[in-house]
Amino acid sequence: MRSDRRLSKLADLTLKVAGLLVTVFGLSTLAVLLFDIASDGLGRLSWQFLTSFPSRRPEAAGIYAALTGTVFVIGLTALVVVPLGVGAAIYLEEYGRKSRWSRLIEINIANLAGVPSIIYGLLGLAVFVRLLGFGRSVLAGSLTLVLLILPVVILSTREALRAVPSSLREGSYALGASRWQTIYYQVLPVALPGTVTGLILALSRAVGETAPLIAIGALTYIPFAPDGIWSPFTVLPIQVFNWVSRPQAEFLRNAAGGIIVLLGVLMLMNGVAAFIRDRAQTKMHL
Amino acid sequence: MSSTRRVNIEVGVEWGLFLCASLSIFVTIGILLVLAFETFQFFQTVSPLEFLFGTTWTPLFFDQQFGVLPLVAGTALVSTVAMLVAVPAGLLTAIYLSEYAPTSVRRVVKPILEVLSGVPTVVYGYFALLFVTPLLQNIVPGLSGFNALSPGLVMGIMILPMMSSLSEDAMHSVPRGLREAAYALGATKAQVAVRVIVPAAFSGISAAAILAISRAIGETMIVTIAAGQQPRLTANPLVPIETMTAYIVQVSLGDTPAGTIEYQTIFAVGMLLFVSTFVLNLVSNWLRERFREEYS
Repeated sequence: MRSDRRLSKLADLTLKVAGLLVTVFGLSTLAVLLFDIASDGLGRLSWQFLTSFPSRRPEAAGIYAALTGTVFVIGLTALVVVPLGVGAAIYLEEYGRKSRWSRLIEINIANLAGVPSIIYGLLGLAVFVRLLGFGRSVLAGSLTLVLLILPVVILSTREALRAVPSSLREGSYALGASRWQTIYYQVLPVALPGTVTGLILALSRAVGETAPLIAIGALTYIPFAPDGIWSPFTVLPIQVFNWVSRPQAEFLRNAAGGIIVLLGVLMLMNGVAAFIRDRAQTKMHL
Repeated sequence: MSSTRRVNIEVGVEWGLFLCASLSIFVTIGILLVLAFETFQFFQTVSPLEFLFGTTWTPLFFDQQFGVLPLVAGTALVSTVAMLVAVPAGLLTAIYLSEYAPTSVRRVVKPILEVLSGVPTVVYGYFALLFVTPLLQNIVPGLSGFNALSPGLVMGIMILPMMSSLSEDAMHSVPRGLREAAYALGATKAQVAVRVIVPAAFSGISAAAILAISRAIGETMIVTIAAGQQPRLTANPLVPIETMTAYIVQVSLGDTPAGTIEYQTIFAVGMLLFVSTFVLNLVSNWLRERFREEYS
């Protein structure tokens, strides 16, 4: 009886220690990953690295084309995804809540969120690049990313809308406002911080995407910055991939340098998102 | 007059928003049509049986063979390694965080773990190829520079946060009463966790694991970078292989004109990929719904 008790205590301790170890393992992997990349690539970071085009000589190569490409593609993605995503979320949350069609759309959006990103690349290749004849342009890349992050934007915007108290809507209706007036003047301003936070997080996912853009045929060697929506382009992750695929150690260091810039961009975006969310939360509690 | 205008605006806005919402349906239809159309074209040349059960995949060689099994085996191999990491580690992390860790630890650890799933996959590819593989080569004799083991392990770590946070959610929704009854009978925390909470949350945890498999099958960049690009029908994780996703990337990097058989293969492989992840997602959803019904 007593040894039984001791045994179960031992089992308890074992599970606790195992859980702790595994958790620490997860955290330390992240630390090792960051340290490894920093030690490989920090030495490569310089003004020249940020402002040079890719080159056959690794020490002269830089990420200017990739960085401007990322800015162009993500900027256009944001312009297109905001009205579509927010519009869809408003419809599902404020208008068609109970209809069968809305239910179908909801299930569909949940399923789309689970489709592998490379499949969106194949869709973009067939529809935007070939069928609509956009070619391997910034426009085709952005539209592909729009379809990819649309489910995420819709889901996060719906959550932001749901958090708006219904008393606000009722008060507005009581004063004689119409449905759209209520949404536009009362609901949207309150839901704005949550919407923007979700949007930035969705866009930061798009910044890190490589596979769908390779599938639509974004080129790996682009010696110029994009100058419009019809321009060919490359983006940071693709430039990193290109350098990782080469055997020379010098190019691998360039890849690490590119990763540091990429992670820097992502950290900046996540920081801004967290800042907006925190500020909105303190405001609500006042 | 102005009131009819008002009504017009209201109706117009509602229609506009309705179209935005319906776009997602067209995206799904678009994916299905595109994949089905090119796959159909592909099956004009290659019989579906040869595609699904053939054991040699060499569409890019002079002697073209279209048996997809080597790509399926590569995908299955990497995903298995990833699951061997993500499921036990994710579950243990979830048990630790929900049953043992003080709230303050939870609050710090959870967001840091979430960072792991936000790291771009191309970064994990770099890490697998240039850090994990050389490290493993010191321990595992005969491990080649490209292999299924290293990207599998790294993918497991990438999926871990998803696995742990979904399992934790499932464990949290087990009614308090079950937990308290077990404690009242003198059970230890480990006994409560292993014999009460995990079994009670089993369908929720399975839903998480199946979603994790689906994520692993669809993952592209880690395997493209670190697993090599050699389709091979093998269960040996130490040699170079190729997954379905990596094959699509490999062809996309070349300049393959539309209408050729090589171009059609990526859609046929994409179709197979889409169907497998779709089925897994459906099963996962079904399990989660069932779990929700059990405790509501």
